[in-house]
Amino acid sequence: MEQVTSLVQIKGIRDGLLATFSDAPWEDQRVALLAQIDERPAFFQGARLAMDVGTQVLKVNDLVDLRDQLSERNVVMWAVISESSTTEQTSQLLGLATRISKPRPEEQRQFANTVTDDTALLISKTIRSGTRIEYPGHVVVIGDVNPGAEIVAEGNVIVWGRVRGMIHAGAKGNRSAFICALDLSANQLRIADEISATLKPQKDPRPEVASINSEGRLQAELWHAG
Amino acid sequence: MTAQVITVTSGKGGVGKTTAVANLATALAADGKKVVCIDGDIGLRNLDVILGLENRIVYDIVDVIEGRCKLKQAMIRDKHYPDLHLIPAAQTRDKNAVSPSDMIRICKDLRPDTDFVIIDSPAGIERGFRNSIAAADRVLVVTNPEVSAVRDADRVVGILEAEEKGSPSLILNRLNPALVRNNDMLSAEDVLDLLGIQLIGIVPEDEAVIIGSNRGAPVVTDSRSRAGQAFRNIAKRLQGQEVPFMDLEQQNVLWSAIQRLTGRK
Repeated sequence: MEQVTSLVQIKGIRDGLLATFSDAPWEDQRVALLAQIDERPAFFQGARLAMDVGTQVLKVNDLVDLRDQLSERNVVMWAVISESSTTEQTSQLLGLATRISKPRPEEQRQFANTVTDDTALLISKTIRSGTRIEYPGHVVVIGDVNPGAEIVAEGNVIVWGRVRGMIHAGAKGNRSAFICALDLSANQLRIADEISATLKPQKDPRPEVASINSEGRLQAELWHAG
Repeated sequence: MTAQVITVTSGKGGVGKTTAVANLATALAADGKKVVCIDGDIGLRNLDVILGLENRIVYDIVDVIEGRCKLKQAMIRDKHYPDLHLIPAAQTRDKNAVSPSDMIRICKDLRPDTDFVIIDSPAGIERGFRNSIAAADRVLVVTNPEVSAVRDADRVVGILEAEEKGSPSLILNRLNPALVRNNDMLSAEDVLDLLGIQLIGIVPEDEAVIIGSNRGAPVVTDSRSRAGQAFRNIAKRLQGQEVPFMDLEQQNVLWSAIQRLTGRK
């Protein structure tokens, strides 16, 4: 038992419990985590669990299965912290948080080092209500951004489709970031710390680009070729 | 015989999930199919009331899960259709009394002797919803032509897609063609444009639905009701038949013409 439980470390944090996974095979660690919970059901009853899965690449089924197994033990999985962008994206699509309120200092540094100007996340589907995509680079969406969905990018956001949700480009303060879309009828747009009011839906939508103009205000303009 | 498990869900409450379940189950039973409906709304059950079976409940789904009775004992036979059964929810417990694996097990036990298992999901996207979709082969999302209902439906579709449950089909309930014509209501096109999923039926607003629910006699049994016809068509589509969509506009123009002629309007 000593050996099994040491695969997954559980400790208390301000927001509940944090389970830290190692590089060992996911299946073994999943079993180890559940075994730890089954050992002390009273302690884990009603707990909120965040998971730091390190470099594990997890598919939807991995996370959904574990979430259901945890929920049968009355434990809520609410956040998944990962160094793999696949896992991070999966978690975001499942509505799980991918940051906890007090990120570890080394995590911050990692982002600063790994993100370069040309890092982009490509999403080839419609972003629906309740989904929040956060990315420390550019985001390209092939599909719509529906009302109630949010995209927060440190770089630019390009949507090959209709924007009706909220988009925040240049989220870390980059005032030269821009947002462009085939139809920009967003609820709200933000670039750096500027916020636009609702853009009226147009009868005959045309591609638009939103950016901060020379007067320092967020403005959307029709896109002209050339 | 291997049953198809169909879950009816919506996100928002009050859009007509339970009404849709009662009507589709009744219509499928009327077509000679063996149907079991499961009320997934533990703690707030009402499928039994709409089917008019409230006073026959002895055991419920939690009794089955906790081993107090056999599955067959919790299946209440409908008054009119002997091949239609209901497994009621427990009224005195909450959603945590059931887990996703319990639902999968119950559906597995039902599959061999049933054509359709129809699960009525509770509103919301929490435990009860997760229980209800756990065993689903197919999901029907019910929405009304209202901005808030459509947004919640969108959220549910997103969750179903993220969990790789396949793309659900849409039932657009309580559409009022007259309001749509005056631009006072979202049209079917507006809703489909946003949700981008397959449409399986549009149910027009119809007073007969409320009357039927209060009487415990689903509106599909009323051959004159337009909503009843819409539900009968959806039931046919669930059985894999091609049924053309009703032309709500045209019928309505005709209907108002009749009303004018007979001096009722």
